[in-house]
Amino acid sequence: MKTSKAVLIADLRSSPPKSSYELSHRCAERLYAGDHLITLFGRHEKSNRHWGTIVTAVFQTPSGELNIFRGQAEDGKHYPSLTHNYPVAHIFERELWEQTGLQPDGHPWLKPVRFEGERQQRMTDYPFFKVRGREVHEVGVGPIHAGVIEPGHFRFMCLGEKVYHLEIQLGYQHRGVEALLLRRPPMALASTVESICGDSSVAYAWGYCAAVEALSNLPVSLETDLLRGIALEMERIAMHVATLNGLATDVALLQGGGTYGRLRTAIINATQRVCGNRFGRGWLRPGRARGLSEVLRQDLIQTLTAFARDFTEINELMLASLSVKVRFQGTGIVSTKTAQELGLVGVVARASGVEIDTRVQLPGRVYERFPAELITESSGDCWARMKQRMREADASVQWLLKVLGDTALDLSGSAAPETLGKPLAPETLCVSLIEGTRGPVVQVLETSSQGQLLHYKVQDPSLPNWFGLAMAVRDNDISDFPICNKSFDLSYCGNDL
Amino acid sequence: MIKSILVRKSQGSQYIPDLRAANPIGFRGKPVISEAACTNGCNACLAACPSRAIALDPVRIDMGRCVLCGDCELVCPSEKLSFNNDFKLASTDRDALTISSAHPDIDPIKVSEALHKRFGRSLKLRSVSAGGCNGCEMEINALSNVNFDLGRYGIDMVASPRHADGLVLSGPISRNMADALQIAWDAIPEPKLVIAVGACAISGGIFAECNEVDRAFLDKYKPTLYVPGCPTHPLSFISGILDLLGISD
Repeated sequence: MKTSKAVLIADLRSSPPKSSYELSHRCAERLYAGDHLITLFGRHEKSNRHWGTIVTAVFQTPSGELNIFRGQAEDGKHYPSLTHNYPVAHIFERELWEQTGLQPDGHPWLKPVRFEGERQQRMTDYPFFKVRGREVHEVGVGPIHAGVIEPGHFRFMCLGEKVYHLEIQLGYQHRGVEALLLRRPPMALASTVESICGDSSVAYAWGYCAAVEALSNLPVSLETDLLRGIALEMERIAMHVATLNGLATDVALLQGGGTYGRLRTAIINATQRVCGNRFGRGWLRPGRARGLSEVLRQDLIQTLTAFARDFTEINELMLASLSVKVRFQGTGIVSTKTAQELGLVGVVARASGVEIDTRVQLPGRVYERFPAELITESSGDCWARMKQRMREADASVQWLLKVLGDTALDLSGSAAPETLGKPLAPETLCVSLIEGTRGPVVQVLETSSQGQLLHYKVQDPSLPNWFGLAMAVRDNDISDFPICNKSFDLSYCGNDL
Repeated sequence: MIKSILVRKSQGSQYIPDLRAANPIGFRGKPVISEAACTNGCNACLAACPSRAIALDPVRIDMGRCVLCGDCELVCPSEKLSFNNDFKLASTDRDALTISSAHPDIDPIKVSEALHKRFGRSLKLRSVSAGGCNGCEMEINALSNVNFDLGRYGIDMVASPRHADGLVLSGPISRNMADALQIAWDAIPEPKLVIAVGACAISGGIFAECNEVDRAFLDKYKPTLYVPGCPTHPLSFISGILDLLGISD
């Protein structure tokens, strides 16, 4: 199925699922051919009085085309693990096993991703990876960290100051998001979706709106989608600046910390003036988006113009600072090859030279009308990730000024659609991707034969990227972990759901 | 060095002089429930509310549950519900968080003489996120940025619970965080207090009905201050804590 849109609808009646063995074979073929594994997950269900698992895999070809493959397995069945040959599958296979019990034979590190269900509070049942040797010692950090930050546990295996391996154990934020999304009417999930990963509310809300609109055949105007694009790019700027703030603070560049902090305030306060909330909550809803009056349009243009000037000034100071260069250059390197093998996505992958951006590969009508620029860095270190964020925030400002300055567009918003009550298409799978600050937010919705939501799969870009952080700190000093971690700036709650 | 001074000069002074008098333009804060009569049998607001914050006859909104999404305002056919940008939403009393047309404001916080004496010049807080979405956490972080600069009143977030006088709790308390939360609390020396930040911490919020949430901690330790919001606006936190400690400008 070819699509330039970041939403793909598939009628499940036309293609019954294959066996899990066949699916595994099919996936290996696609991976060998160089396709990108967007997601692989399962749904545990009872059919014909037997419990089993329906597995869904979504691939993207290098040209951007999305493909869906489905497989099924009865409980107790095994399948050959893909991870051994294709490390990109490692986290998906772990999650698939945790959520459904489907066993990948030969997976090198089969451990729960987030300690769901019966495994809640049973983290000590699963030991950490052990590095043996007389001088090797372990350092455990978390789940509660020194700053105001979400919880997660980091276990370092070190020789002196040098980190041999880092195991990242998450799940502390697990609060049952996916199950919750099936309890309310599908058109009334916006607030819930905005709280899955609260710093990426807009990316999640847009992906959700696009999915339920596609499933219910609800038409949306180009202007509505452009308003969503505006909301998203505002969010991307705010979050990149928040990360830069953290990076400056972590190396004690106080002017950077102060200035990035207040620049973020300017952007999120402007978002609040549009939609009532500094994180963009309430801006997007199925069928509509809050519009911009002429006053608000001018307000955003002025805010962004003033922001751009001060942002450039502080970026120049940061890039010229010797203490920043010394700490960031050559620290926490992820090579292009490693990034590709691990299937890293988003800003982190681009900082390692991987040319992927959902907005470029699957532009949809918003980014077809106003194209997003593909930005990459090559060195893959903390410095590259810092520069990548500066350049992406700059590009978002330019994109916004272009859209907001196009006087031919009517961005005043539309009235709420008359009905949202249309039933969802039955036995349909909908995949939606939105490139948030961290990377593609993936949401996959499946409906039953009665058109009810059967499964709501949520995948934050942090899920595949956490292992990238573990690789980045290998052979680095443990004291450089904070800047490596901040340069990735991944989500805990988005991972833990 | 000179460059740094020049940048500093051009960036200017950014702090908000009087935080309690700030005017957060556009902020969807306190609900306003008018006297307008409801359409017969209408429960549109109830159905639209994602966190069961609304009750009918008469219409009232529990700010301990409300996520300030504004969806109720949009579906109300009799224009009974709206929101203004009042950020003074905090209370020391859980039951006082419910707003109706008969009780349109959250009762002003009474200064605690005991807390004023003990913490009025210095209050150190340890933040623990237990299932939070990073919204409240980012707003707690924003308290110490150059705009809000809560440190000017001697109120700071600290790294070690050993150095803290209180716990700032965000998130609905995921089961997987329950033990760590208890350990952090036990490590804070007496006397100590709990501040519940955001709808999740106060009531479970959006996640109140999830099986993965365990709120036993709050059965044992009653918060001294409840700060509504989703996420909590920094100004709601600031006005609440300054009022509680009796700190004037």
